Order: sequence, then structure tokens, then C-alpha cells
Amino acid sequence: MSALVKSSLARKWVMALSGLFLVVFLTQHFVINITSVIAPDTFNEWSHFMGYNPLVQYALQPVLIAGIIIHFVMGIVLEIQNNKARPIKYKSSPGNANASWVSRNMIITGLVVLAFMGLHMYDFWVHEMAYKYVEVNPEDPTRYYEETVEKFAPIWRVVLYVIAFVLLAMHLWHGFNSSFQSMGAKSVNKGEGLKKFTKVWSILIPAGFIFIALFHHLNHTN
Amino acid sequence: MKLTLKIWRQENTNAKGKMVTYQLDGVDGDMSFLEMMDILNEDLNNKGEEPVEFDHDCREGICGACSMVINGQPHGPQKLTTTCQLHMRKFKDGDTITIEPWRAAAFPVIKDLMVDRSAFDRIQQAGGYISVNTSGNTQDANAIPVEKENADEAFYSATCIGCGACVAACKNASAMLFTSAKISQYALLPQGQVEATTRVENMVRQMDLEGFGNCTNTGACMVECPKGIKLENIARMNREYLKAETIG
Ligand code: HEM
Ligand code: SF4
Ligand code: FES
Repeated sequence: MSALVKSSLARKWVMALSGLFLVVFLTQHFVINITSVIAPDTFNEWSHFMGYNPLVQYALQPVLIAGIIIHFVMGIVLEIQNNKARPIKYKSSPGNANASWVSRNMIITGLVVLAFMGLHMYDFWVHEMAYKYVEVNPEDPTRYYEETVEKFAPIWRVVLYVIAFVLLAMHLWHGFNSSFQSMGAKSVNKGEGLKKFTKVWSILIPAGFIFIALFHHLNHTN
Repeated sequence: MKLTLKIWRQENTNAKGKMVTYQLDGVDGDMSFLEMMDILNEDLNNKGEEPVEFDHDCREGICGACSMVINGQPHGPQKLTTTCQLHMRKFKDGDTITIEPWRAAAFPVIKDLMVDRSAFDRIQQAGGYISVNTSGNTQDANAIPVEKENADEAFYSATCIGCGACVAACKNASAMLFTSAKISQYALLPQGQVEATTRVENMVRQMDLEGFGNCTNTGACMVECPKGIKLENIARMNREYLKAETIG
């Protein structure tokens, strides 16, 4: 790790690669979640697969956790170093005249997403671990749909969910496209297509998660 | 026109500075920003006060000396313009203008608005050159074919005047736009290939040693750069760096 954080450019690569890895993960997560709206049986089936497949559990899951930790630890390291590079701040601020709010506040949107991930881990992952390894319940491939819908019944959780995903969308609005610049993609200025794709993705996927949460919340109370 | 100026005053590098407010009358719209500063200093001189120290040399946008953050923007509100080429007609009668030095740990204040930018010189010295044998049978540069597109891009990168506005504008005080421009002007030309690997490694290492921040792609540098140096240079530097670290 120390070799990785030694050069500023290597840090950019780490930030970009871990960020992109999370983008891929988020896409996969969304594809599974959306089945809870259109095909509950498929949702149960896939969730069960993700929960019990040894490759997912013992290979992908640790990689994911490592990816998240690397990303946010590096984000915090960068923030500290960057603050040190300007010990005396300006009295006057140009506001958004030269850079957008989201691009300047990745640490804020990132930390909110991190806080949400804490809640999310508690809600789903700790529960899963307890169910499987502490209570040692038998496998039940049909429980996931009901459990998920149940989670979205309380309005407070839906509100937190929506806030987190709005901030994630802001994080990705800058971050997804930015990661290609960090990796030296040639197309930054010319590649308007890639840029458009990242912007559309960064709104659509979080909006999709919000839709799923609202859908289950409204369906439950009906 | 009449202006209220809020200017950073600092005796020397180690002194604690502060903002001082001045009233200035008789400013003409056709004056440049530096001419306005000259009038202020004449005023201060006449009153027996210490004039405001600021860097300047060419006053025509080529030396990069005139470093001032004006109302939060390096080189002021007009795009693609250095402070010396900024006209007072950009401001209105009665305006309050805040003037601060470049702010970066790597650019310590020498006095008032003047900062020490020798960190840029050291980055340049670390690899911003090509070694040419000048023994008398030097090959004419024009004899080496260069693709038009690359020649143009290298030329644009080379227009960087080393003013440091990119560092001043960046919320992280990152010097990546400057460094990448200096790397790009060689990376795109055949003459630059011989030392390509060590150049990017050494220049990036020196940039880090000087205490500049990390780039987070906000793009503020490009917006404030008086020469319109493009963000694409930073992408090119990242690419060159990966190439240097992996395949050498
Ligand atoms: C699912 C969650 C997340 C995803 C998908 C994600 C994605 C990304 C991406 C793609 C980038 C751009 C990388 C680059 O510009 O080189 C980025 C940057 C960043 N992320 Fe995240 N991120 C997530 C969570 C977090 C969290 C929890 C933090 C907590 C601190 C965080 C902090 C940052 C910071 C500070 C940057 C800017 C660094 C830079 O541009 O160099 N992110 N993120
Ligand atoms: S890149 Fe632009 S802002 Fe930075 S030093 Fe060069 S000319 Fe000045
Ligand atoms: S004084 Fe030379 S660029 Fe402004």
C-alpha cells in the first residue's frame, strides 16, 4: 500500500480503478435488485445464489470489501494531503465560476455514501451473517423477496435511502467520467460519447435504486 | 472610477499577513489592472506608506509573472487573460475588489502579493528538456517529420507561460496542469522520445516533493489558465507515467 500511495499519479490510478470497480459492482447490484420489482421469483433465485455460492461468498465478497476500503481510505488520504497543499485559504471564493460544486465536494458526497453503506451493511449484511452463521438457519431460497419488501416499510429508511442515492448520483456525476481522465483515457476532450454515457448512467442507476425503494414502500402500505 | 481594494499585505515569508482596505479614485477603464496597482502604489508612496509588492515583467501576457487572485479568480474574471492584460473596464465604479497572492504550500509568499515560484523551475529542471548534441553537426529540427496534429498539440502545450494560475485555482493546489503541459510538449515529438521515461518519472517525483496537491479533475485549472492549456495534457501525463512505470 505504501508504494501505491507514494506517487500522486499512482494514487489517481488507485482512486480511479477502485471507483470503476465500485461502478461495476453497483451495476450488478442494480440488475439483481430490479428483478424484485418485475420478477420476485427470479429475485429470490439470484439472491440465494449470491448468498450461498462459495465463489461469491469467499472470493468476490472479500474483494468487494477491500475495494470499498481502498477507495474511501484513499479518498480520505487525498483530502488530507490536498488540504495540506493549501494551508492558508483564500478570503474570496469564485463559487462555481471555475469548477462545479460536485467536483469540489467529492469527499462530502463520498462520506455520506459511506455512512449509508454502514447502515446498509447493518441492515442486510449483518442480518445475513447472523441468519446463516450465528443462528445457523437452514437454507431458504424463498425468503429474500419478503424480507426486502419488509425492509422498505418504514418511511425513515426510505427517506435515508433516497438521500444517499441522490448524493451517490452527485458523486458519480463527477467521479465516473473523472476516472477515465485519471486513467489517461485519450478521449476526454474528444470522447463526448463516453462522457455522455457516464452522465446518463450516474443518474439512471441511482434513480433506479430509488424507484425500487419507493415501489416496495408503496406496495407494502397498500 | 472609484474602487475599494482589499489587498493581502505580508511583510515577509514568516510574518503573519492580513487584508488591508484601500480607497482608490481616478481609475480609468482603459487602464490595465497593473496600471491601477501602479496608481495605488504612487498614492501610498506619496503618503509615505509602503507600496504593495507584486510581480510583473512583460505586461503583455508572455512572462507569467503577474500573479494575483482577483475576487477569488487567478488573473481575474476574464478568461484567457493574464492580470497585466486585464482592463479596468471589466469592473464598475464603486466595486470592491479583493486581491490575494497565489495560495499554495509550494508557493510561499515573499512579500504581499509576490510568491516564490521556484518550485516550477525545479520541476522543469527535473526533466523538462531534451539533450541535444551541439557539437556542430546538429540535425536541423525541421528535417524530422512530425505529424501536423502532434506538432500543433505540442505547440499548444508549449504555450504554457509557467504563471502558476492553475495551482492557484485548484482547490488542491495541484500543479498537474503545468507539469503535464511541460511533459506533453516533448511527449508528442520524436525529439522527446529518447528521455520520455525518465522525464515523466523525474518531473512527477519533483512535483510531489514540492508539496503540490493531488488532482481530482475539477477542471478549475483549465478554466483559469490564461493560455487555455487543456485538461487532456493531464490525461496524457497519466498515460505516459503508466507507460514509464510498466513497460519503461
Ligand atoms: C458505491 C460507492 C462509490 C462509488 C461507485 C464511487 C465511485 C467513484 C469514482 C468512479 C471516482 C472517480 C475516480 C477518479 O476521479 O479518479 C470516485 C472518486 C472519489 N470518491 Fe468515490 N465512490 C464510492 C464511494 C465513495 C466513498 C464511500 C467515499 C468516501 C470517502 C468516496 C470518496 C471519493 C473521493 C474523495 C473521490 C475523488 C478522488 C479523485 O477524484 O481523485 N467514494 N468515486
Ligand atoms: S498551465 Fe496555464 S495556468 Fe498553469 S502555469 Fe501554464 S499557463 Fe499558467
Ligand atoms: S506581466 Fe508578463 S504575463 Fe503579465
